Amino acid sequence: MQAATPPALLIDGTATIGGAALFGPLRLEAAAGRITCLLGPSGIGKTTLLRLVAGTDEVTRFDGTITASDGAPVTGRVALMAQGADLLPWLDVTGNVTLGARLRGTRADPARTRDILARTGLSEHAHKRPHALSGGQRQRVALARTLMEDRPLVLLDEPFSALDAGTRAQMQELGAQHLSGRTVLMVTHDPGEAARMGHAIHILGADGLETVAPPAAPVPRPVDDAGTLEVQGRLLARLRATGAAA
Amino acid sequence: MSRLIPIAASTALALALWQALVTLAGLPPFILPGPGRVAEALWHSRALIAGHAGVTIAEVLIGLALGAILGGLSAIGLAASPLARGLIRPMMVFSQAIPVFALAPILTLWLGYGLWSKIAMALLIIYFPVTSSFFDALMRTPQPWLDLGRVMGGSPARLMWHIRVPAALPGFASGLRLAAVYAPIGAIIGEWVGASKGLGYLMLLANGRAKIDLMFAALIVLAVFTLLLHRAVDIACRRWLDGTAAG
Repeated sequence: MQAATPPALLIDGTATIGGAALFGPLRLEAAAGRITCLLGPSGIGKTTLLRLVAGTDEVTRFDGTITASDGAPVTGRVALMAQGADLLPWLDVTGNVTLGARLRGTRADPARTRDILARTGLSEHAHKRPHALSGGQRQRVALARTLMEDRPLVLLDEPFSALDAGTRAQMQELGAQHLSGRTVLMVTHDPGEAARMGHAIHILGADGLETVAPPAAPVPRPVDDAGTLEVQGRLLARLRATGAAA
Repeated sequence: MSRLIPIAASTALALALWQALVTLAGLPPFILPGPGRVAEALWHSRALIAGHAGVTIAEVLIGLALGAILGGLSAIGLAASPLARGLIRPMMVFSQAIPVFALAPILTLWLGYGLWSKIAMALLIIYFPVTSSFFDALMRTPQPWLDLGRVMGGSPARLMWHIRVPAALPGFASGLRLAAVYAPIGAIIGEWVGASKGLGYLMLLANGRAKIDLMFAALIVLAVFTLLLHRAVDIACRRWLDGTAAG
């Protein structure tokens, strides 16, 4: 249902908080219709970068440009997906998934809502509140809510980090499958996740951006794929070196 | 049922202590009547007490309802507008420096001896706790929810209605629980200053005629009503939060 060709996302600039440099100058391109993974040690500004793109950061000063390749503004074409913990506890699954429509003063199409709930395996949970769901189910609701927004640009902020290993692998596959065709920028601290899901993989370190060649297999890559495991190992080694330097 | 046993035991203990104090200290009934005498007065004057209690209950319930509505709207207005916060909050804080008790004669002067001066007292005494606990909760909406709502394209008014207000309902409920205890205080003060009906008026009247047992009977009815009101508000808030908000 999304636009046939979403734009690429280009971030080019320097971020500072109260005069202190956070990151940059850096130039990061999230290719059109691809998943771009951004790894890095904690506190390096990965989440800030996403918040700057989403337009929700009111503290950080960003000198530079955040643009879409088609020239139209980025604001209003972004969907944000964080950990499932940000579901509204007083709304049931359907209420959470259709929140965006109500916030814009419109009504969500019930058929489309049903379809998305079915595709994310939530049909039988449609009227449950978040507290009655497992961590994996809550994460599916966050994914369904993101799909409901139907935006060409999707920002993922460590969405699966609170899940156990098995559920996480399952959600990675579900996420890659449903978000395919959109321009996705995904922040993660898990090298395995980046190796499985990234069409492109970058590490944000104190010295700037380092690009690592992704595995050859198509996304989502199997957990036991040799090439994927090799890249995962290489990413972890690079991360440790970056973390030690930082 | 098992929860009623400690309550019954504690009531029995209090009554026993009361009676023991009267008996052992040899207090005359016009200083402190025993529980038996008070129960007798309560029974004999039940129609009289019920009539006055009805007036006080009406004052308290109307004051509580108006205070909840006005306090709720004020909190939303303050949370929505930085200008309102800048202009009105200092006034509200200053108004708290004036003892509400001191306003009772003025309210009687302005609103007369009838129901409205007591309703106004009850309202004044609960307005600040209701407004301030709801307002504080409205200002503490978790940031991820607000970010999500903004990215989804929600206007400030819709973010308020769909996210901030429901998220703050537990704060509103704690304000209402406090209000249920404070509202009767306001109504009674209003009645002491000037009234011809109500439990506060009845207590003054009984006191003046040295009918101390009747005074205590009225006091006990007032205390029981306040407890029941607090309990009812508590249960209503729980049910309501369970249905709509973050319990």
